[in-house]
Amino acid sequence: MASKLTTSNRAGWGFALPGFGLIALFIVIPFFFAFYLSLTNQRLISPNPTEFVGLSNYENLLSIGVLTLEPERDDAGTIIRDDDGLPEYPRVRSFTRNNPDFPQYAGMQEWFRWQSGDTAKVVVATDVVFWKSLWNTVKFVLVVAPVQAGLALCLALLINQRLRGINVYRAIYFMPVVVSIVVVSLLWRFLYSPDSGLLNNMLQGLTFGIFEPRDWLGNPDTALGSIMAMSIWQAVGFHMVIWLAGLQTISPMLYEAASIEGASKWQTFRYVTWPGLRNTAVLVLIVITMQAFALFAQIDVMTNGGPLDSTTTLVFQTVERGYGKQDISGGATISVILFLLVLTISLIQRFLTRER
Amino acid sequence: MADVKLRDIRKSYGATEVIKGVDIDIADGEFVVFVGPSGCGKSTLLRMIAGLEDITAGTLEIDGVRVNDLEPSRRGIAMVFQSYAIFPHMTVRENVAFGLTINKVSKADKEAAVANAARILQMEHLLDRRPSELSGGQRQRVAIGRAIVRDPKVFLFDEPLSNLDAALRMDMRMEIGKLHQDLGASMIYVTHDQVEAMTLADKIVVLKDGQVMQAGAPMDLYHNPANLFVAGFLGAPSMNFIPVSVTEVGPDTVTVSSPSLDAISVPRKGRDFTTGQTATLGVRPQYLRPVGADAGMLHGTVVLTERLGSETVVDVKLANGSKIIAALPQDMVMSPGEAVSFTFAPDQAHAFPE
Ligand SMILES: Nc1ncnc2c1ncn2[C@@H]1O[C@H](COP(=O)(O)OP(=O)(O)OP(=O)(O)O)[C@@H](O)[C@H]1O
Ligand SMILES: [Mg+2]
Repeated sequence: MASKLTTSNRAGWGFALPGFGLIALFIVIPFFFAFYLSLTNQRLISPNPTEFVGLSNYENLLSIGVLTLEPERDDAGTIIRDDDGLPEYPRVRSFTRNNPDFPQYAGMQEWFRWQSGDTAKVVVATDVVFWKSLWNTVKFVLVVAPVQAGLALCLALLINQRLRGINVYRAIYFMPVVVSIVVVSLLWRFLYSPDSGLLNNMLQGLTFGIFEPRDWLGNPDTALGSIMAMSIWQAVGFHMVIWLAGLQTISPMLYEAASIEGASKWQTFRYVTWPGLRNTAVLVLIVITMQAFALFAQIDVMTNGGPLDSTTTLVFQTVERGYGKQDISGGATISVILFLLVLTISLIQRFLTRER
Repeated sequence: MADVKLRDIRKSYGATEVIKGVDIDIADGEFVVFVGPSGCGKSTLLRMIAGLEDITAGTLEIDGVRVNDLEPSRRGIAMVFQSYAIFPHMTVRENVAFGLTINKVSKADKEAAVANAARILQMEHLLDRRPSELSGGQRQRVAIGRAIVRDPKVFLFDEPLSNLDAALRMDMRMEIGKLHQDLGASMIYVTHDQVEAMTLADKIVVLKDGQVMQAGAPMDLYHNPANLFVAGFLGAPSMNFIPVSVTEVGPDTVTVSSPSLDAISVPRKGRDFTTGQTATLGVRPQYLRPVGADAGMLHGTVVLTERLGSETVVDVKLANGSKIIAALPQDMVMSPGEAVSFTFAPDQAHAFPE
């Protein structure tokens, strides 16, 4: 069978060749190349020869630990407190710098800490920026995937009616999808602008001036949320169209049967529409998840990862390190980790939403 | 308990009227079959009764209440669709119980109702399967089960058996007949199939172009068709039509003749004729008897024979070039080109004025 496929079908293989070739050239080979680079200390441009360094790139990125800090006590054993009554702790540096008692924390930096009784737990990592970018990416996915999918479904349900002029709405919702993400990001930077931005002006107008204008993208508390909102808006039309295609595969007869049985709108959705959208839902969820993990352009145009690394993401870090800092092996390592992450999540999603 | 009355029912899609004033009375417990050529509006009419299509004009009453504007679910009807319309992701049990689930009936009542329907349809062993694991006939059974569970006043069927193969269709036809006997509910049934119509119906309604051509008991329609359309539509093979001219009009009979037919007096059945007008004489193929060459009324040559075993269908070309079909109730060998003659009893023939 295989031999027949390879020998007697020259024309077929000939036609497939350009496609295969391009996929191999731009996806398969680069992937293996990235994997190879992640095991070396290759720099983008460097006079030094490349050395094979094993898994040390991964070690640097992934090593993380929890440091338990006991509060400082005076000679009598009572906890020393500052003016606010909070206990004082030894400095993290005293564990991570030149401390032979704690070699596992050597070179690490504090990411964040929390209090447990009077002791403080400090999460330290060698590459805090990587962990921040991972956490930002995960937050982005966790918010964007369900919200965007849900919103797109609502729009699809609204659009999937026979009303006069419904095509106008379909076009309106789909329009942001065909505009380049870079253009959209630039426009939204104006919307979010701290002083004369449309969003600030509008909120002020709606609240009769009570609302304090703020720097949406300049504040670590709102920057990622602002980018989430904009990203959801931009791609919601695309997923709406996928949902719409799914909706139209459901036989109208099933709706008629349900209406004869007396199903309410909600029951019709629950028993007819939603089960009929099962495969579409899997597709939409996986596509959104992958797109969300690949978040880059918005960050690059709108915030450059800032402020205080609050919007940096895995892909942004990949590019930043690989090209910005010329650390191509570091960038390759992040991209391999991202690949494994997305692969794992897709497999889990497939498993959870499998046909039972 | 549940009679259905249609009064001057009309339906238009935009400017085109597809149902053009239909009056039908369906008595409680009656089995009514709508037949007619494709596109005549059978499904549309049924869907209007179900409430799936708006009624443009006229009055629809179920059980003495005008239901024109009621939701489908409140009309006391259940419908079985040609393509089953069972929910693919639910088990048979869930499908059958769907209406009860929707209406939040208690679990015990639900189970009892499902068990009852499953017993009637002999599908207890299928209850935990999914529709994809069922044959076409079993799926249609599930759809009927879902209808039974609703305990409707009126069952509506839109060509429920036309997706099934011939043998299964016969089984299911008998089951539907039995179901009607057991439940005693009114049933309205749309079909293309004459045999289904003739065997199941208490009353057949023949439709054409959105109008009722004739309504009545099957045998009544078969033996006394009111017009050419009904005469030609019911019965297989269909009735032979011979163009004739009227030579004499009597009180109960009319005498007709044609170049290929000697003068013959047939029942007038209240229809008006005038001497000299052209008319059509109808004779069912089954009522033609082959006779010796000098005794027959119709003379021609055999064009084609179809031997079905119990019956022989002969295509005959008459002397004047027109064709007739004879269905002879035994196996006979007739070769093409052979000369044949037929006779028939005048009171089994029908005359229709032009
Ligand atoms: N939505 C519609 N818009 C316009 N015309 C329609 C529509 N639905 C049906 N019709 C027309 O109404 C007529 C009756 O259709 P209907 O489906 O009732 O026929 P039918 O008797 O059930 O035919 P069949 O035996 O082929 O099922 C047809 O001429 C059809 O073209
Ligand atoms: Mg139809």
